[in-house]
Amino acid sequence: MSAKSENLFMVSLKDAAAGGAVALALFGVLIGMKAEVASGLGGQLGIEYRWAAVAIAVAIVFGGRLLLNLFVWKTDKPVTATAKGFLPSAKPLAKLGKYAMPVFLILAVVLPFLLMSAYGSRGSRQYLDLAILVTTYVMLGWGLNIVVGLAGLLDLGYVAFYAVGAYSYALLAQYFGFSFWICLPLAGILAAFWGIILGFPVLRLRGDYLAIVTLAFGEIIRVVLLNWYDFTGGPDGISGIPRPSFFGIEFERGPGGFADTFGLEYNSIHRIIFLYYLILIMALVTNFVTMRLRKLPVGRAWEALREDEIACRSLGINTTHTKLTAFALGAMFGGFAGSFFATRQGFISPESFTFIESAVILAIVVLGGLGSQIGVVIAAVVMIGGFEFFRGLEEYRMLVFGLLMVVIMVWKPRGLISTRMPSITLSGKKAKGISADLVQEGHG
Amino acid sequence: MSSWETNPVLTIEHLTMRFGGLVAIDDLSFNVGRGDITALIGPNGAGKTTVFNCVTGFYKPTEGRVVMHRTNGEHYLLERMADFQISAKAKVARTFQNIRLFGGMTLLENLMVAQHNPLMLASGYSLAGIFGLATFRKAERQAVEKARYWLEKTALIDRADAPAADLPYGDQRRLEIARAMCSGPELLCLDEPAAGLNPKESGELNTLLQYIRKEHGTSILLIEHDMSVVMEISDHVVVLDYGEKISDGTAAEVKDDPKVIAAYLGVPDEEVDAVEEEVGI
Ligand SMILES: Nc1ncnc2c1ncn2[C@@H]1O[C@H](COP(=O)(O)OP(=O)(O)OP(=O)(O)O)[C@@H](O)[C@H]1O
Ligand SMILES: [Mg+2]
Repeated sequence: MSAKSENLFMVSLKDAAAGGAVALALFGVLIGMKAEVASGLGGQLGIEYRWAAVAIAVAIVFGGRLLLNLFVWKTDKPVTATAKGFLPSAKPLAKLGKYAMPVFLILAVVLPFLLMSAYGSRGSRQYLDLAILVTTYVMLGWGLNIVVGLAGLLDLGYVAFYAVGAYSYALLAQYFGFSFWICLPLAGILAAFWGIILGFPVLRLRGDYLAIVTLAFGEIIRVVLLNWYDFTGGPDGISGIPRPSFFGIEFERGPGGFADTFGLEYNSIHRIIFLYYLILIMALVTNFVTMRLRKLPVGRAWEALREDEIACRSLGINTTHTKLTAFALGAMFGGFAGSFFATRQGFISPESFTFIESAVILAIVVLGGLGSQIGVVIAAVVMIGGFEFFRGLEEYRMLVFGLLMVVIMVWKPRGLISTRMPSITLSGKKAKGISADLVQEGHG
Repeated sequence: MSSWETNPVLTIEHLTMRFGGLVAIDDLSFNVGRGDITALIGPNGAGKTTVFNCVTGFYKPTEGRVVMHRTNGEHYLLERMADFQISAKAKVARTFQNIRLFGGMTLLENLMVAQHNPLMLASGYSLAGIFGLATFRKAERQAVEKARYWLEKTALIDRADAPAADLPYGDQRRLEIARAMCSGPELLCLDEPAAGLNPKESGELNTLLQYIRKEHGTSILLIEHDMSVVMEISDHVVVLDYGEKISDGTAAEVKDDPKVIAAYLGVPDEEVDAVEEEVGI
């Protein structure tokens, strides 16, 4: 035993020393030398040496690697295995999924009233804004879930459709003076249309290629919006986007406004509450449609496509059309969310539609568990809510966030809610969920 | 005249498939008789799976013609059709040598996916389905009944709501056949359905195939290595070797064909000696 542990120590030490050497070589130049423009008139370039910082970095690598070797990688009883025991097991979480939906729904419906009574109309505004933001991401997550979770097509450019929706609304309103309620369906249709146009060439590709090309298309749309100055206003964006009305009744002070019509005292929070319910309803419609489609032939074909595309073709399923419907439908919901975004902000610019948005939405879907509707909700609340919650930490926010992601991925690599529920059962009873290890993730 | 010459369900004419320099199938012609069980046999790498892939549209043949004659009198030139149309319109279904099930879906779901096209039509391309119209609900019930029928026939009904990937190997093979049958084929192509089965399972498979042929009038084209299976159930045997047809006839005829014996068992020693003498070794 002692000989073995001695051996373990020596091996670990050697490995850590090697790691330290690599770190020294890398950090020696990366951290150790800093090019500096000398202040003063000459503006000469000089090098500042920071050997202390290098020493610290190398020591961290050496020490960290040694500890990891000793306690995790090389030993028979890694501490992570013990630590895993402390994390809640996955089973209760799956059960939670069953009850979470109604609980979340009720909570979501009464939320504005809860906030109003707790913080008053002034204090609750910031929380309502956050709730709107979270719900928007829930809707986007649900939309993308159709494409990534059900059909298994890795789309890294989902934000493109969000942008198309937002700009459709803004431009239609600007050029034709259409109201929100006319623009909303039009924006969805236009986004779906773009989904089909992009889908045709893109969906021949599979896996990584599909991911890269969708990413590129997402960027192309943003760059076009940025450079087509005459039409979209380029980097200046579009401002003065009309606010939504309560089916024709504007949220304004004075006679004819919302408050006046319903005999309330005017308060700017009314509009926020209305926006909240608007996005909540839009998100719920997205959810309802997705859940229904999953039980229809087209939804089953999506999932079958994710499982095995060749088998699908041998059964007479037109895989191109099936992929396109998933792409177009996902795009349509993205478009709806986009036009909501535009009306909420009143101002949009290409800045809001960068790749990071796609990444966040995808992260929500993946963390929640591919194909799981409730998982998306939990992930959106945790991620978007967490972003705001940790705002005080400033630049460490991303660090905390990254750490959280790593923990979740280690603990539940297939996302929070990863069991798949069968879409139909022979017995008529609710069937047991299918464990995630059996379900394919799809290859595009 | 044998039935496959007078009333074929599938005719393959001068089929050639090249992969670069490799000729996987070389000018192959044969017929599959309507209502027959036809076996396609040959040593490893003879090109059997490649024939299937050409028939079901997964490969585009380099040359040749593949015609499906449906019972309703329609003819389809399969080499010109997309793979999914071959299943949907020409009614040719297939299974795969390395099983391809929808592993994360239940058995019932697997069989429902196989009925995608009629269900899609009934759901009004999903519009009627979203609102749960009665016509769609009826079609769905019928589809479930059809699935139940095939699950019973393949003795998988007890596990209808279990994921397909959880099934033992033999059951997976049968499920793949059930799934193919759910698409309502007139020609069923099975790629080594008995591979990996124990003798009992293999016997049950024979019964199942004969049932399918008799009760549903589905013609069967199967690839098989196990000669006992071939001899027992097939009406017609086609033998391939290095992409060429070396024999074609009833099981009894093929069994005694010296070329087939040579391909399977190797050439007798005297012949080797004779050839060696000729070339002067
Ligand atoms: N897609 C392909 N690309 C290149 N060569 C191929 C391809 N498919 C098949 N081949 C080649 O064609 C030949 C015939 O292969 P095929 O799979 O049809 O044989 P098989 O008769 O089914 O053999 P087995 O009994 O092992 O299944 C082999 O030499 C194979 O390597
Ligand atoms: Mg083969």
